[in-house]
Amino acid sequence: MGGQVKFIQGNEACVEGALYAGLGFFAGYPITPSTEIAELLSARLPQKRGIFMQMEDEIASICAIIGASLTGSKSMTATSGPGFSLMQEALGFAVMAEIPCVIVDVQRGGPSTGLATKLSQGDVNQARWGTHGDHAIVALTASNHQDVFSITVDAFNFAETYRTPVILLFDEVLGHMRERLEIPQPGELPLVERLKTALPEGVDYHPYLPREDGRLPMSDFGGVHRYNVTGLFHDMWGFPSENPSIVYGLMRHLTDKIEHHVDDLTRYKEYYADDAETLLISYGSSARSALHVVMNRRQRGERLGLLELQTLWPFPSELVREKAKNARYVVVVEMNMGQVLQSVKSAVDRPDKVSLANQVDGTLITPTTILNILRIIQGRGV
Amino acid sequence: MVFSGSGGQGVITAAIILAEAAVLYENLTAVQAQSYGPEARGGATRSDIIIADSPIYFPKVTQPNILVCLTQQAYAGFSPIIRPGGMLLTDSRYVKTEKKVEARQLSLPMYDTVMEKIGKPIVFNIFMLGTLIGLSPLVRPESIMKVLEKQIPAAFLEMNKKALDLGLELGGTYRQ
Repeated sequence: MGGQVKFIQGNEACVEGALYAGLGFFAGYPITPSTEIAELLSARLPQKRGIFMQMEDEIASICAIIGASLTGSKSMTATSGPGFSLMQEALGFAVMAEIPCVIVDVQRGGPSTGLATKLSQGDVNQARWGTHGDHAIVALTASNHQDVFSITVDAFNFAETYRTPVILLFDEVLGHMRERLEIPQPGELPLVERLKTALPEGVDYHPYLPREDGRLPMSDFGGVHRYNVTGLFHDMWGFPSENPSIVYGLMRHLTDKIEHHVDDLTRYKEYYADDAETLLISYGSSARSALHVVMNRRQRGERLGLLELQTLWPFPSELVREKAKNARYVVVVEMNMGQVLQSVKSAVDRPDKVSLANQVDGTLITPTTILNILRIIQGRGV
Repeated sequence: MVFSGSGGQGVITAAIILAEAAVLYENLTAVQAQSYGPEARGGATRSDIIIADSPIYFPKVTQPNILVCLTQQAYAGFSPIIRPGGMLLTDSRYVKTEKKVEARQLSLPMYDTVMEKIGKPIVFNIFMLGTLIGLSPLVRPESIMKVLEKQIPAAFLEMNKKALDLGLELGGTYRQ
């Protein structure tokens, strides 16, 4: 550390993280509560010789970043729930064609235009299954600006490492509140750069022929190699194929490249989780409320702990099972009707000990509300 | 604490300046949040600020120790949420206070003093900040000035410094 200290919004922390990671291209269509990301990048990216494009809508935005990424730029777009809905078709294309890119969803209340200026965490399952067909996906979140910065860097690193779209699920409270951010020095956080083919011009390049380690070197589209990119199941040349063994092989590859690396993809924080009688599990801004409760109650000797998930997809089931093992009560704190709750119930040995402490009125759940729900769950009354 | 008023009075700007001064120049922890949406235009504007010497987790204010109301509408809307025994600062030109509030109420002629001594309403919010830290030394005035030096053109610094100093003077006379 020891870098520049700023007092800024979460959306700006995301912008700083993206620039640190080497963002070269942003296309977007402004929408509350993500607008500051586009606004700030429209000023900052051109200063770094990057490109900012305001598009006509969110469909065009995600298509533009997919194209830009293919040409070799680290690319990102930012939106909120309604825009994220529009991006789902092209998100599937990015999954199928294995295009590294980062999609930021600063969540607001939904469905539809919902609550334009208020908080929710209702897009967790949309991030997982919003686009059709079997697929794996990476979705990350954070609860404070320092972590927003570093998880944004992680998002770009994962996108490049696994040739996959990565979704950043922030929320209105996080996006708009201001707090301290210390920008790490260059080199302090590792950066993953694009793995490019070493094949020279004139030598056949197979865009979908994995190396022995499973990774696929890329060739800047429009550069020295001609190749095909499609949303159809495709062979190693990138041309459409309905050959069952190719179809099966690609499906396994798309799933396994993420699901076999859950440990590498898992980011989390824990607070007094090991000896917790009651373990809270939360993420994003609601994790701040949960942490407030844990710190407060620990001072009074209550055995409360928090597991804060930063990787939501692929879901870190093993981690959750292990941390929840000795807890008498497991309580998922989230700002939706129980989306992560279902994954936690599937992960733990005893789903009956898992409860939900949620709030879906557009405002951040307060520590008092969590405490009251805990007292009811623990059979102590309010 | 909570700053409230109407759009254009600069209450959100004042909140950001105060919190930024605390974080960058006082080595304190602070978060600032504001209400977004239709109520931010024309209605009562609200900004929450928490300043502490330890980490801040829950970033919203439910019961402010300090509440500033610069319009009658803001006073009507937010005076019920003040922590009993807290300090409620209002502008005597814009707000008619009621006795029923469980707080130390200070109705001070902030706007009128700005107009009389400086003549420019644009520094009303900085005067208010001066009054506030005169009443309760949350941060040093120099820290506020350091934030202002980064953010506003040099030509306006002197006027802001004067507003801050006049506010400090007014607040200081009521400091307990």
